[in-house]
Amino acid sequence: MSDKPESNAYWAANIKIVTWCLVIWALVSFGFGILLRPLLSGIAVGGSDLGFWFAQQGSILVFLAIIFFYAWRMNKLDAEHGVDEQ
Amino acid sequence: MDQFVLNWIFIGASFALYIGIAIWARAGSTSEFYAAGQGVHPVVNGMATGADWMSAASFISMAGLIAFTGYDNSTFLMGWTGGYVLLALMLAPYLRKFGKFTVSEFIGDRFYSKTARMVAVVCLIVASTTYVIGQMTGVGVAFGRFLEVDKTTGLFIGAAVVFAYAVFGGMKGVTYTQVAQYCVLITAYTIPAVFISLQLTGTPIPAMGLFGDHVASGEPLLAKLDQIVAELGFAEYTAHHADTLNMVLFTLSLMIGTAGLPHVIMRFFTVPTVSSARWSAGWTLVFIALLYLTAPAVGAMARLNISDLMWPNGTDAEPVSVEMMEADEKYAWMATWQKTGLLGWEDKNGDGKIAYFNDKNEEKAAAMEAAGWGGENELTNFNRDILVLANPEIANLPGWVIALVAAGGLAAALSTAAGLLLAISTAVSHDLLKGQLTPNMSEANELMSARIAMAVAICVATYLGLNPPGFAAQTVALAFGLAAASIFPALMMGIFSKRINNKGAVAGMLVGLIVTLVYIFLHKGWFFIPGTNSFTDADPLLLTIKSTSFGAVGAMLNFATAYFVSNATDEPPQEIQDLVESVRIPRGAGQAAADH
Repeated sequence: MSDKPESNAYWAANIKIVTWCLVIWALVSFGFGILLRPLLSGIAVGGSDLGFWFAQQGSILVFLAIIFFYAWRMNKLDAEHGVDEQ
Repeated sequence: MDQFVLNWIFIGASFALYIGIAIWARAGSTSEFYAAGQGVHPVVNGMATGADWMSAASFISMAGLIAFTGYDNSTFLMGWTGGYVLLALMLAPYLRKFGKFTVSEFIGDRFYSKTARMVAVVCLIVASTTYVIGQMTGVGVAFGRFLEVDKTTGLFIGAAVVFAYAVFGGMKGVTYTQVAQYCVLITAYTIPAVFISLQLTGTPIPAMGLFGDHVASGEPLLAKLDQIVAELGFAEYTAHHADTLNMVLFTLSLMIGTAGLPHVIMRFFTVPTVSSARWSAGWTLVFIALLYLTAPAVGAMARLNISDLMWPNGTDAEPVSVEMMEADEKYAWMATWQKTGLLGWEDKNGDGKIAYFNDKNEEKAAAMEAAGWGGENELTNFNRDILVLANPEIANLPGWVIALVAAGGLAAALSTAAGLLLAISTAVSHDLLKGQLTPNMSEANELMSARIAMAVAICVATYLGLNPPGFAAQTVALAFGLAAASIFPALMMGIFSKRINNKGAVAGMLVGLIVTLVYIFLHKGWFFIPGTNSFTDADPLLLTIKSTSFGAVGAMLNFATAYFVSNATDEPPQEIQDLVESVRIPRGAGQAAADH
């Protein structure tokens, strides 16, 4: 099973998707919400700045988008590699 | 109608609803009673998981911590939602494919070791017990308020109710009871927030109101809040004051911990397919987000309302008078909360006024002294955990809203506390005793030992809850740190690496758990007993890392230890490497099966 090239390709593709999703996950929370907030301080959002919005609202909305994107993308990937549940 | 009576009608009605649904579901089908989630739509499952997950920390405590600190406590919001991304991308689908019921079973099988399974059980018990202490703090606050007794008495009564609720038991397993609990909880949280948002900003959606304009002054709400708290000598609400390193590590601890807590992970073992495990995680976060997007608005608006109450004619006029607080209906809630010992004020300079400001700000204290209000803050005690429960009273909302919030807070605290007690008792009786020490134990004895474990756990949690190491959400954060340092790395490496072997995993979990636990005890006191600590979170042992944030460091130590020990010892056997291959692909996922 471990030698099947098909399952290795599937796993490599999955790792790539997970990695990109986690980059965005870290960017909106640790990045925009905390570390990069000073860079975003020029962009005003309702009495505060974009960094504050990301910390209290935006990051949560992006997390939701990431999980639904991943579920949709992986269903497609499962089918492409013929490893979906039948 | 009397508020006291109204509270009990709402609390009684909500409990009757849960019990009614439990009885109805039980009559319908016995098998569904035990295997919650099987064959249930991901949306319904997500709602039930949301109720399981959102506890006293989210409902009662979190908005209060945000209200009094502002931006710096955004860490709770990002941490407790961001963990679902890790869960959905890195654990849920694979654990579902593995197809057993408990986290320690996965660890025991993947690391082909009874020791690994036992260590995992110990990690789960330590993290869950700490979590229950936090819940008991919240339960004590809620019962103290609604029975109008001291918080300690409230805690004892609450402990008895939680115990009865957990022993009644199976009820917890019924997905539809949890759906009802979610509905009560989210309605109770949202309705007062909508009312308050309309009062202050004219917008019915609190999350929009937070970034909208304050009707009374015409300025943006957050700008107005920044201005008022600055006038009272406090740190600006939206500004970044906390240490950045600590903020990052704290957020990371909460995220990793979310993906390492047994009672949440278990929900994803029993969904029908691997694909629905992915979708379920998304739906769960949708239902959690409904509360989490509202919480920062609740916090900010309550802070504004409190400042207004204490300075009814503006911060440059007179503070509220003692006479007004005693006579005016708007202040009646303060007298009720005073009975719990969680709210207090004192006219220290005898001028008949209660001046609320930050007296640690010397400049402000001097200015207040000069204005004739005395140099000391006279709102002497405002426990963060009362804010959400008191919120509708602070905003002078109708009695039924106040009663609804009471029912919601209890639903959140009781459902999670009972769920954790069940997880602890299963770990002791099923994994530890039956699985390890006395495999031939009869079913009756197993059930009895589960009950005893539950009783012991609640006694320990209640005793420690008398002197909690922090506000509810802070204590719960410690539990997340422990789960982050011990369980999550073992699960993740078990799936994403074929090289990590039994010795590496056991060493990693032990190092993560022990180092984190010792770090917490050094700062919060040994076994949380006050006065036995050598350091404080204000001046921590390592750099600026507080004990609540150490879980992320513990997790890194866990990863590093497991990596080095595994590479220095033998590769896992071929059948284990095949097992890892098989959990990685969805095809062939059967029904989850219990290991007995």
